[in-house]
Amino acid sequence: MADYSWPEADRRAQIGARPARLDGPVKSTGFAKYPSDQNPRGLLAAKILTCPHAHARIVRIDTSAAEAMAGVRVVHVIQGEGSEIQWAGDEVAAVAAVTEDVARDALRAIQVDYEVLPHFVTEEDRDQAPGAREAGERAEGDPDAAFATAHRTVERTLGMPQMAHMCLEPHGQVCSWDGDELEVDASTQAVSTLAGQFATELGVPASQVRIRTEYMGGGFGSKFSPDRWGIVGAELARKAGAPVKLFLERDQEVTVAGSRPSAFARIRAAADEQGKLVAWDSDSWGSGGLPGTGQTPLPYVFSRLPNRRTRHTSVPTNLAGSRAWRAPNHPQACFLTMAVLDDLADELGLDPIDFLERNLDLTGRPDTYREQLTIAAGMASWKERWQPRGRRRESAVQRGLGVSVHTWGGRGHSSNCDVTVHPDGAVEARIGSQDIGTGTRTIVAQVLAETFGLELHQVRVSLGDNVYPQSGPSGGSSTVGGVTASTRRAAQDALREVLVHVAPRLEAEPEQLVAEGGRVFVDGDSSRGIPWPEAAAQIGGAPISVQGRNPGPGRLISSGVGGVQIAEVEVDTETGVVHVERMIAVQDCGLIINRRLAESQVYGGLIMGVGYALYEEWIPDPVSGRLLNADMEFYKLAGLVDVGSLEVHMMTGPGYDERGVIGLGEPPVISPGAAISNAVANAIGVRVPYLPLTPDRVLDALAGRGGPA
Amino acid sequence: MRPFGYAAPATVEQAVGLLAAEGSEALAGGTDLLSLLKDDVERVDRLVALRGVAGLSGIELDGGMLRIGAMTTLQELRDHDGAIAALPALAVAIDGVASPQLREMGTVGGDLLQRPRCWYYRRGFGLLALTEDGRSMVAEGDNRYHAIFPIGQARFVNPSSLAPLLVALGAEAVVHGPAGERRLPVEALYQAPQTAGERENTLAPGELLAGVEANVDASRSAVYEIRQRRSLDWPLMAAAVTLTGSGSRAERARIVLGHAAPTPHVAAAAGDLLSGQELTPETVAAAADAAVEDARPLSGNRYKVQLARTAVRRALGQAAGMEI
Ligand SMILES: Cc1cc2nc3c(=O)[nH]c(=O)nc-3n(C[C@H](O)[C@H](O)[C@H](O)COP(=O)(O)OP(=O)(O)OC[C@H]3O[C@@H](n4cnc5c(N)ncnc54)[C@H](O)[C@@H]3O)c2cc1C
Ligand code: SF4
Repeated sequence: MADYSWPEADRRAQIGARPARLDGPVKSTGFAKYPSDQNPRGLLAAKILTCPHAHARIVRIDTSAAEAMAGVRVVHVIQGEGSEIQWAGDEVAAVAAVTEDVARDALRAIQVDYEVLPHFVTEEDRDQAPGAREAGERAEGDPDAAFATAHRTVERTLGMPQMAHMCLEPHGQVCSWDGDELEVDASTQAVSTLAGQFATELGVPASQVRIRTEYMGGGFGSKFSPDRWGIVGAELARKAGAPVKLFLERDQEVTVAGSRPSAFARIRAAADEQGKLVAWDSDSWGSGGLPGTGQTPLPYVFSRLPNRRTRHTSVPTNLAGSRAWRAPNHPQACFLTMAVLDDLADELGLDPIDFLERNLDLTGRPDTYREQLTIAAGMASWKERWQPRGRRRESAVQRGLGVSVHTWGGRGHSSNCDVTVHPDGAVEARIGSQDIGTGTRTIVAQVLAETFGLELHQVRVSLGDNVYPQSGPSGGSSTVGGVTASTRRAAQDALREVLVHVAPRLEAEPEQLVAEGGRVFVDGDSSRGIPWPEAAAQIGGAPISVQGRNPGPGRLISSGVGGVQIAEVEVDTETGVVHVERMIAVQDCGLIINRRLAESQVYGGLIMGVGYALYEEWIPDPVSGRLLNADMEFYKLAGLVDVGSLEVHMMTGPGYDERGVIGLGEPPVISPGAAISNAVANAIGVRVPYLPLTPDRVLDALAGRGGPA
Repeated sequence: MRPFGYAAPATVEQAVGLLAAEGSEALAGGTDLLSLLKDDVERVDRLVALRGVAGLSGIELDGGMLRIGAMTTLQELRDHDGAIAALPALAVAIDGVASPQLREMGTVGGDLLQRPRCWYYRRGFGLLALTEDGRSMVAEGDNRYHAIFPIGQARFVNPSSLAPLLVALGAEAVVHGPAGERRLPVEALYQAPQTAGERENTLAPGELLAGVEANVDASRSAVYEIRQRRSLDWPLMAAAVTLTGSGSRAERARIVLGHAAPTPHVAAAAGDLLSGQELTPETVAAAADAAVEDARPLSGNRYKVQLARTAVRRALGQAAGMEI
């Protein structure tokens, strides 16, 4: 069987280099057309009427006035009389009209009478929750005995609320029918799986559904399905006999199109005199809207902690169901665990890095963490600058340092890639993947260029279309492993075929030949070679086309990464305002294809992390059940001046490279909440038990009025 | 957007005539009003654009008198070296509106008369946000950004960054109406509505704000705003102070809080306490305490009392040029 592998370090031209993303220029000049930029001829605009109540029954719905309005083409009832609505923002009816304004006006003309029912939206208080469901208790070892004999124990109640994905390009699509063939320009993370889902709902064969996503403006785990607005958009287009654009309004985007579940927990943790963790007991709860939420993996990272008991209660609320949010469950588990460990270190009188190091054998990757902690501590000048908690300068503004560790899987998903070599030397890959802003297009091009010994501009990558070979949805940090492995296999196979044709010309065996630097030559004797176009010409009149698959043979990818982050903050103790001065991230992800893009993922994770650590939260109104901040005014995202200085160190070289490619999109967003919370505790001497670290919560903690019940 | 009429008068008289009609509303930069219309929070029959009305914009500095036309944009005011030199606190107040788009489009009149940002009001529940059975949604709901000095049923806060400073300066508003011109203290532009139909300003139908005038000569002023984010964000609390007298002595002190009450909140007792006093860390702290003595925070905004205290202390420190 053929061998599939990455080139040795000294023979890599592309892999590990830092080329800029290929679509940077079209994106920054506005030439890139996102799905929401598509305006086919005859386009109609669609809008959705949503329910203003968190829990209600539709008593009567009258669309006649809307139907009679000039410019209205189709009015479509989504949930009719008698339907029970379970969250504010749920879809009731939709209108397709000649302009967005007409569509919005028509929505206002639809009369709906509701019977308003009682709602529950504030899950912090689980005792009040009507539908709370307890999951069974899990225990290992003898936690009670371990707590009884432990040297130091801390007990904390901590939590973080639900928050929104806040995609800048809202969810939605443009649907165009040609007879019974449907084309969808969708803002999606899953071009290859969407067609089947549209087809089932619409009653057409999947082979007649085309999905395109050349560029997309953010998903973070919330854009894997057609969603109701996708199906409704297609229905409207079918009824209207015209293309229909349906993208959510900003308030809908925040309210129904993606949220991260909340997580609260009462946690006890204990250590012995050597600072070794000996016991854990956690009672957690949280909500992901109506479906509640599953158990957060506690204790996080230190999962081999010997004596532990965990309980979890799922709390359903009258809010839209949550969606996967970048590293599902991990930021919550990380905050809950690392905050408690940090408090325990303080209780033990230990430097938290020292404390973590003493317990690394309880993790899955002790060597990686040890190395990363050393590097991160060096970058932060931790040894010289870290001080125990408490006030240390005569100023309202106090500084602090905090640390956190995290982990993630990141194995490549199933992927198929067609690589074609043309007789003129042109090389192209076609892959049913999508570039969700991470740089997928660029890394596929790098793998092609590396394999054929070409420059990036000499290869072509086509993706974002389900006519190309199936490739997995972009989630779970699985894309980079999936697409590089399928591309590399196809490219190596295609090159081997080319070399078979070239070998006679160079009077060598195909196995002796290599393609590097734009030439094909005998390995070790570059004078016996020909330029790539000439080599390609040897294949004859027809192109060579090969499909590569992942999973498949060879050691190209693996999974399992570790990361360490350190935050440095300034806290104004008279206003409670926290500012992040500096974030340090040390991260491994196996073999890095593109250093610049890898670092960019980490920067993005840190920025998003500062956002949820300091600012972002859903604020549901107990009275009306509606979100009070379904906008970009009081749903606060971190701006550039809010994120401080970001410093990234990627682990590369021996020990890392030979593991193969591992995903990176998610891990860097896991630790910021924990690291920043720990830095604030270090600065002000007390734990602020809640994220985000808003001035009210910081001042409450300083005044000894700590957080949740 | 619901359909509405649009008029573009050229003179104050025409504008006043147009504004007198029921359902007419003045349009300045539109950065607030147009959002309210799009979100269907407010409805108008006709917008009366002030952009083309002669005599409503411009900045004059005449001796110690600063006159600012209502249609002057925030950026024009920020770029006026004379005005900023005479009243440096203006720069702080304007820079807080941390978006060039808002500063270029937003006007001084619009800033003073912008509508409250209360999230119940902005979601269509009305300025008082009362339920059908008369309960206060603000009091029972999430009021983290609301008033610590509620007035009756009004629990929203006045959002203007310019208003506290102008009130502290004792500035006058110049108002034109059907009966001609009237002048009133900027403070008197504001009121706390007590019934659903009432506005939070005192302009009568047909009246428009032509400008503001303040004597900036004989005093030292400062504005201190507390924001959570450094990027575009609303203040959580703001304090403006004006001191007359020189050195560390205050002949007279005026202290006004923003984001604290439905109107710019004059902390009279705190000002009185400092008047005729030496400014020391102790007297300043006492004034800060006095400023919030009668605060009545809601269920979720007790922290704003502490913010008010801090803002007052820091504003006083800056006005007096001392470390507090
Ligand atoms: C995210 C965000 C943050 C902001 N932060 C701040 C901040 O920190 N501080 C701050 O002060 N502002 C802030 N603003 C508000 C901004 O300053 C105002 O939107 C702007 O000043 C309004 O001016 P305008 O000319 O656009 O008013 P318009 O929108 O045109 O008018 C606002 C209201 O005033 C009335 N009006 C305007 N001019 C007159 C007049 N001459 N006579 C009678 N009535 C008049 C209008 O009828 C309308 O009701 C912020 C806004 C946003 C969106
Ligand atoms: S994102 Fe850009 S276009 Fe949109 S409101 Fe802000 S500045 Fe204007």
